[in-house]
Amino acid sequence: MPKVLAIARREIKSYFDSPIAYIVVTAFLLVAGWMFFSALFLMERADLRGLFHPSPFSPSMLLVILAPAVTMRLVSEERKSGTFELLTTMPVTDWQVVLGKFLAGFALIATALGLTLAYAFTVSGIGDLDWGPVVSGYLGTLLFSATLLAIGLLCSTLTDNQIVAFIVGFIVCAALYFVYWLQFFLPSSIAPLVEFISTSSHLENMARGVVDSRDVLYYLSLTGGALFLAERALSRQHA
Amino acid sequence: MADAETTPMVEARSLSKSYGQTRALTDLSFKISRGEVVGFLGPNGAGKTTTMKILTGFLRPSAGKALVGGIDVAEDPLATRARIGYLPESAPLYNDMMVLDFLEYASDLRGVPREGRREKLKAICQRCGLLEVLGKDIGHLSKGFRQRVGLAQAIVHDPDLIILDEPTSGLDPNQIVEIRELIKDLGREKTVILSTHILPEVQATCGRIIIVADGKLVADDTPDKLAERESGTVIRVVVKSRASTPPDVEAVRKLFEATPGVRSVNPADGEGGSTLGFRVLTAGQDDPREALFSTAVSNQLVLLDLHREHISLEDTFRRLTRGEGGAHA
Ligand SMILES: Nc1ncnc2c1ncn2[C@@H]1O[C@H](COP(=O)(O)OP(=O)(O)OP(=O)(O)O)[C@@H](O)[C@H]1O
Ligand SMILES: [Mg+2]
Repeated sequence: MPKVLAIARREIKSYFDSPIAYIVVTAFLLVAGWMFFSALFLMERADLRGLFHPSPFSPSMLLVILAPAVTMRLVSEERKSGTFELLTTMPVTDWQVVLGKFLAGFALIATALGLTLAYAFTVSGIGDLDWGPVVSGYLGTLLFSATLLAIGLLCSTLTDNQIVAFIVGFIVCAALYFVYWLQFFLPSSIAPLVEFISTSSHLENMARGVVDSRDVLYYLSLTGGALFLAERALSRQHA
Repeated sequence: MADAETTPMVEARSLSKSYGQTRALTDLSFKISRGEVVGFLGPNGAGKTTTMKILTGFLRPSAGKALVGGIDVAEDPLATRARIGYLPESAPLYNDMMVLDFLEYASDLRGVPREGRREKLKAICQRCGLLEVLGKDIGHLSKGFRQRVGLAQAIVHDPDLIILDEPTSGLDPNQIVEIRELIKDLGREKTVILSTHILPEVQATCGRIIIVADGKLVADDTPDKLAERESGTVIRVVVKSRASTPPDVEAVRKLFEATPGVRSVNPADGEGGSTLGFRVLTAGQDDPREALFSTAVSNQLVLLDLHREHISLEDTFRRLTRGEGGAHA
């Protein structure tokens, strides 16, 4: 565990030493803020539904872009610069590497998400905020982010080219996100399956304030699965 | 459990490695005892880096086994990695980190306890001459300092075995001397394996030399013994042409090589102008100087110098890696 944290710390520091962390936080606060204030002033609704509901213009859609951008360099860059050899000949396991890097990306996204709590407290100051859906919405968004980050990290282990890692990660994350809207055009026999596969349907449930163990399990198993594959991919690249 | 004193620090058992069609190592075996400083020598592409990557557990051999401290690298990689300090070829380091942060990071990953770490790191930085750059980004360091940082991260955990892949490549002569001193210093307490193409380097630092060529072991001995092993002697010849056109090196080399009592002739430095220098290796104990003199005279060449020299390690290296052995094209 100390080694996992050491790896995570290094990556977090490197995020905040470069523009990426600031871009992520700013972009997230802007989009979330826009969603929130437009709901507040245009629709005169004091809630935070806009923060969590999946739609082509929403904070969760932004995460579909930001997550692979955050994870793209995690392993690719080490492979390109040769530090991968240094890292993998130190007494650390591939799981420690994968978890440390995943945690770093998660900490960054969680920070950006945490800052939007300011909006929640603003709303609760103005009117009566129903905290139930807010809490489950935050939980859902965190799980959703974890899944995207794990997929992005997996892509980063597969190539030494960061741009390729980003593009592939984005395509996979976007496909899983948008396939949700495809269900309305599909025959009813496969629509439920497509709905189940999509990352947005589960987020939708949690944004409504329903914490169903099936949704939580969906995100956890996808995250675990992607991290498992990332560990396998890593261990194939050295003895 | 084998006795720690008698178990070799490193053992390579018939290592072979192929990269697709390329055969990088063929049946390479050697043992290195605790406390030895071994120079791994060979021309480009000989398989030095490949061997080191196998010993450190980065690459899996296609066949054979690598043992560190009696433990199979493939079976317990974490245990063997913990005992090794490794500096990969061309010192890959995190360019965005500060030197001290990076050494702290390396200490974390290598499991150095936090108590007393500051003092230990300070001592290591002092030893490696890093005190003045601790707060600098690694990406802004000169090559020599990078190499020192690479060395420092390899010794933060007080390893039994230090593996250095070309630790002095690309350094200026002063830095080479300093790094060599550092390696010698490390060799007093640890087992060190270093690779290089530079001959004086191994003569200056290593108690033992392993020469590989084309993925095969061609020699394994002390520097003195290797130099002695060459039978015959070397004769230095410097000639100048009488003709107005400058002499052709290859043509003259062939002339001398055809002289009785001569085994091989290598071009060497001349004395400037239109002079040509050669190192003539004799066959057996005959002295071919008289014959060389006649050859020169009958070919309109003026002999400026003709004397016996000590056989150097360089001669051995050349012969072993591309000479009559035919090990290399
Ligand atoms: N990743 C790789 N893929 C294919 N061939 C490789 C790879 N790495 C090394 N080789 C080949 O294996 C052989 C041995 O290479 P190696 O790097 O071990 O040599 P070396 O002795 O370290 O050479 P140098 O002195 O140039 O560093 C060479 O023919 C090289 O081309
Ligand atoms: Mg090499």
